Amino acid sequence: MPATSPVATPDLLEHYDAGPAFDEFLGKDRQPRDHYQALYQHLRSLPANELNRRQSAADLSFLNQGITFTVYSNDQGTERIFPYDLLPRILTGEEWSTIDRGLRQRMAALNLFLYDIYHEGRILQDKVVPLDLVYSAPHYRREMRDVDVPRGVYVAVDGTDLVRVDNGRFLVLEDNLRVPSGVSYMLANRQVMKRVFPGQFSHYGVQPILNYGQALLNTLASLAPQHADNPIIVLLTPGVFNSAYFEHTFLARQMGIPLVEGRDLLVHDNYVYMRTTAGLQRVDVVYRRVDDDFLDPLTFRRDSILGVPGLFNAYRAGNVTLANAVGTGVADDKAVYAYVPAIIRYYLDEDAILDNVETFLLTDDKARQHVLANLDKLVVKAVGESGGYDMLIGPHSTAEQREQFRERIVANPRNYIAQPTLNLSCAPCFIDGQIEARHIDLRPFVLTGREITIAPGGLTRVALRRGSLVVNSSQGGGSKDTWVLTGEEA
Amino acid sequence: MAMLSRVADHLYWMSRYLERAQHTARLLDVALDMIPDRSPAAVARSWETLFASLNVTPPEDLPRKPRHITNFLAFDEENGPSIAHHMTVARENARQVRELISSEMWEQVNRLYLDVQTTNINRIWGQSSEFLSSVKQGAHLFQGITDSTMNRGEGWHFIQLGQYTERAGNVAALLNAHIDDQLASTQQGADQYLELLGLLRSCTAFEAYCKVYSAELHFEEVAEFLLLNDTFPFSVNFAASQMRAGLESIADLTDTRRNNLLIRRAGRLKAMLDYEQIDELIAGGLRRHLDTVQSLSAQIHSGVHDNYIAYSVEDKLTTLV
Repeated sequence: MPATSPVATPDLLEHYDAGPAFDEFLGKDRQPRDHYQALYQHLRSLPANELNRRQSAADLSFLNQGITFTVYSNDQGTERIFPYDLLPRILTGEEWSTIDRGLRQRMAALNLFLYDIYHEGRILQDKVVPLDLVYSAPHYRREMRDVDVPRGVYVAVDGTDLVRVDNGRFLVLEDNLRVPSGVSYMLANRQVMKRVFPGQFSHYGVQPILNYGQALLNTLASLAPQHADNPIIVLLTPGVFNSAYFEHTFLARQMGIPLVEGRDLLVHDNYVYMRTTAGLQRVDVVYRRVDDDFLDPLTFRRDSILGVPGLFNAYRAGNVTLANAVGTGVADDKAVYAYVPAIIRYYLDEDAILDNVETFLLTDDKARQHVLANLDKLVVKAVGESGGYDMLIGPHSTAEQREQFRERIVANPRNYIAQPTLNLSCAPCFIDGQIEARHIDLRPFVLTGREITIAPGGLTRVALRRGSLVVNSSQGGGSKDTWVLTGEEA
Repeated sequence: MAMLSRVADHLYWMSRYLERAQHTARLLDVALDMIPDRSPAAVARSWETLFASLNVTPPEDLPRKPRHITNFLAFDEENGPSIAHHMTVARENARQVRELISSEMWEQVNRLYLDVQTTNINRIWGQSSEFLSSVKQGAHLFQGITDSTMNRGEGWHFIQLGQYTERAGNVAALLNAHIDDQLASTQQGADQYLELLGLLRSCTAFEAYCKVYSAELHFEEVAEFLLLNDTFPFSVNFAASQMRAGLESIADLTDTRRNNLLIRRAGRLKAMLDYEQIDELIAGGLRRHLDTVQSLSAQIHSGVHDNYIAYSVEDKLTTLV
């Protein structure tokens, strides 16, 4: 008889140790928290080796679907499977409701901020946010001055990175207001999870995320120019060599809209058309996954072959909607980020529901001295970068790396900020056949159109290397499914 | 909604290159298989017929030896219109339209590509027929998957159009390359039988031919079957029917039916193949007629490109409302 007794793996948590980090799974008494209890009991009831079998099934499923991303280094791109962790991360309905309210508040304020700085600039005149900070931001777009965007929505699609720290509080690590990616992994993770853990969902009461594609389509439609009763919406991709090409094909398929490249579009009399077999078809909304720089060679980078000549003029004329709007990067600049709590207070007269991470602006002499003296303890980031590029993690750095960053900071203090090294919370992950603790973060996706829609949960990213704090997929991170409970356990 | 021109173009070329890959595999397989049956002189001649059938000019220094020729036609991506080259181009086109073809189609074209990429002449030599069969079967499987998983929209019609435009040209070129040997009556008896058998097998047509005629092979009847038969999928006439049907469907879906020169060209091709008789075609010069078939196919190809893919924007702007 094979060993299939219900307690086949009594030492399930032998290798599980969250260290000093906030433990999402075990409470102080090393007992599973209430909302993890059922999952834990289920894991205990599984025969030994069953988790391995399910992990293989999940990996194979990703491989066959070709769910990959591209990593850039040495100018060469390579396709990789995004590593997937089997065990779901679970949030209670209550925890989620705080996040949900906090994100709605933050996005409302940031859209008002973008409108303001590209129009009268009241917040700058009132000296709540320093004028030179905004105008010196690498992603500030002078061309957007006095351009009106539908419903005042600059950021239609946002992916905010949240981290959970010592006392279990969620903090905003950064806003991604330009072309955030990752939502396809959120959806694919759920699909695979349902396949490998059938039955667990009905028991738990997990809030569904399946309608994301439809919500995105509705959001885009609600931002169409006035003239378009039945708007034609397209997704603009840089093409098959982009790291997120899989996501672009995935979302286009989910929404049933054409996936276009720059060369498929042309502008005539300030209207945008796509070349179809039936002739030229007017396009009303472009969900663009191309950076500002490459959108229009006539207005931005001249060497761009990804863009559409004349697109920006059509946009200025109000004949086409771009989502996200041009110039949103100024609001996710990591130095402007430090002012978001003040921005929320200024426009909404409310305190921020989700706090920021403490941030040192290196343009400030005193702060810079402090940072330069403590590079080995802090995290330094370039203000306009994302994806974990151009970043120093003090405690894990070499003297040589610290010296490099010291020189860069002194040469251009506006280009960097510093933050304390955060001890990201830990969750159980299935690694090499056993359950271990790994650091995680959370990227929820916020859609803003006629209304704000947030898919419950988001993408939980995992730092797969033991002790590592870097969750970026380009730097050895993986992801796992995220469950938000309805609070009505069956 | 109409389809993006670029997408239609990718689907069309994906399909053409898959057809070209399986056509190359089939012709090469037959040529290798018949080596033991042929005299050394006939083998030497058969390589040149093979290159002419595929419309390929091999490098001067390519040794006319089975292994070298197989490597050239199956794996040489740099110099050759090889199977590996055709599969790479087919897969690259498929990759550009992944959101439009079914996942099953993508997986099959990707698998076939990987199968060809991960092998080489050293690995397959000695079992080349198995390898070439796997290419043919892989292409057939793709066609079956396409038929059963893709809705019959514009995209499907562009795939059909690509496949049958390629096929019409290929079979016409194949016949053309065999005319001289056959009509000059340089061969008699068993030798001629062998060549005709090879010709039919190059189109998987031997069994189908026997059901219509008999196992006794005559060039006139073989030519009639491969050119004029309207029910056999590898005949030029069948391909012409599919081309015309595809063009009509695309015209309907894109509202371009009026004064459509493409449909008239396809109609002319179809009429010629429907109403001409093989003895008259031969009497009037078969080569000339085969040239007409190839030239009409080429005109249809470039017409598709001009009308639906790379049309002049100025022309279309005048028809905007």
